[in-house]
Amino acid sequence: MVEVQSISKSYGLKAVVDDVSVNIQKGKITSFIGPNGAGKSTLLSIISRLMSADTGEVLIDGQKVNETKSRDLAKKMAILKQANHLSLRLSVRDLVAFGRFPYSQGKLTKEDHVFIDEALRYMELEDLQDRYLDQLSGGQKQRAFIAMTIAQDTEYILLDEPLNNLDMKHSVQIMKVLRRLADELGKTVLIVIHDINFASVYSDYIVALKDGKVEAQGTVNEIITTLTLKQVYGMDMSIQEINNQKICVYFS
Amino acid sequence: MREKGKLTILIVLAAASIVGYMFIELGPNWDYALPRRAEKIAAIVLTGTVIAIATLLFQTVTNNRILTPSIIGLDSLYMLVQTTLVFFLGSTSLTVMNKQVNFAISIGFMVVFALILYRLLFRREGQNIYFLLLLGLIFGTFFGSFTSFMQVLIDPNEFQIIQDRMFASFNNIQTEVLVMAAVITAAALVYLMKFFKYLDVLSLGKETAINLGVDYDYTVKRLLVVIAILISVATALVGPITFLGLLVVNVAYEMFKTYKHSVLIFASTLVSIVALSGGQMLVEHVFTFSTQLSVIINFVGGIYFIYLLLRESKK
Repeated sequence: MVEVQSISKSYGLKAVVDDVSVNIQKGKITSFIGPNGAGKSTLLSIISRLMSADTGEVLIDGQKVNETKSRDLAKKMAILKQANHLSLRLSVRDLVAFGRFPYSQGKLTKEDHVFIDEALRYMELEDLQDRYLDQLSGGQKQRAFIAMTIAQDTEYILLDEPLNNLDMKHSVQIMKVLRRLADELGKTVLIVIHDINFASVYSDYIVALKDGKVEAQGTVNEIITTLTLKQVYGMDMSIQEINNQKICVYFS
Repeated sequence: MREKGKLTILIVLAAASIVGYMFIELGPNWDYALPRRAEKIAAIVLTGTVIAIATLLFQTVTNNRILTPSIIGLDSLYMLVQTTLVFFLGSTSLTVMNKQVNFAISIGFMVVFALILYRLLFRREGQNIYFLLLLGLIFGTFFGSFTSFMQVLIDPNEFQIIQDRMFASFNNIQTEVLVMAAVITAAALVYLMKFFKYLDVLSLGKETAINLGVDYDYTVKRLLVVIAILISVATALVGPITFLGLLVVNVAYEMFKTYKHSVLIFASTLVSIVALSGGQMLVEHVFTFSTQLSVIINFVGGIYFIYLLLRESKK
């Protein structure tokens, strides 16, 4: 379990994350939603040690994140941030192989190659594995990076806007993979996501942030309501039930 | 393997240019010329190695292929140290003073300066590495202006002595300090081995490196210290010459098209040795000392740099 205990972070006088406490359930997909500037990405960066908090603690399986060795954490938790520009001459397979670094420290073993093949298959990248990153479309690149985090074989997977730049087909594909990671392999997935319908359909829990504070948290059914979403986004949405899934219609 | 083939070609080229430099137009007094040439070629190989590795490390740490470590102002600091010595102690100090002492003073100042700069950078968390470059640039300019200020105050004859130091030259290498330089370099490289495995991961960027379990601040800080030491050695040995690094590292990247530092580090070192010893051969036998190697390198390097910029902007 990931326990976020009263985390605060400010830039200058502006509190970006303000006294946030959240518990993330194991083996489930938890989505962080909220308007731009709500502090979602910052919170994810703090949970994953990319940033340090001003006050508060993050505990992973009872261990404090900022007191755990970076290499040990890398076997427990993978983080993928948005926007990955690389000017390196790197093939897809090379990139995915980097996911094994916490284990092999650069010298790949047979076991590592098994994990790499597995990750490539999960993201349907087998045909592309020898292509170089600069020859890929935005969506393919994104999938390659997600494959790297899968190869890292961690219990917790944190993704910052994984659907950025992707069309519907690939967005659905990625969300389905995340679902399988949670359901079949029991991994805990945390995502920051903008499209609330993707959050509604594919996640188990939703944490809604606004102005650095937790506005609401709970199961999909508790959060995807006209009232709660009005509080979070400040706009009226009608919520339709289609095929047992809650779909928000926010086009006014 | 194509990589091995290319590396072999580079090794042959490097060996050929070293042997060529040693034996071309050796003349009848070979017992006099040979040891002197050997000393010089040793310095050339050492400088080439040091510059290539320092630039490769620097570009990896900054994730930028058009930067050279000279941007953090070590070259200008070297000039400031030399000028200050002449300003207060007179030009005789440079000739009278023990070369080893001068070498130690120069390296000491450069490394201490680098450490202060890094302290400023890493004192606060989340500080961008470009902040370091910006600070270095400002300090470099400051050192440069201060150096010019002192230079216009001193006696023109004394200025001549400093001017000799202002341009990298392999015609008057400080061979007396060669052993010392080699020992310092070897120590720095042995220390580098400890962090070698992190280099490939660091080239993926800060966030990915942290994700993969690299203790980023710790590693980068130590790599930057290694860079400062290497650059200081090269500068104190032959003068400001960091532009060479930009050239040879990029040639290595173009030749090998790989991200693997295990290949790149040897490739850029070999390219560097070929460029320096070949260039020095040109200077001595074709131009008969009418120009300096650093002039040729800056000329070729400058053209290549503009080519890089034009190509990057097209993307």
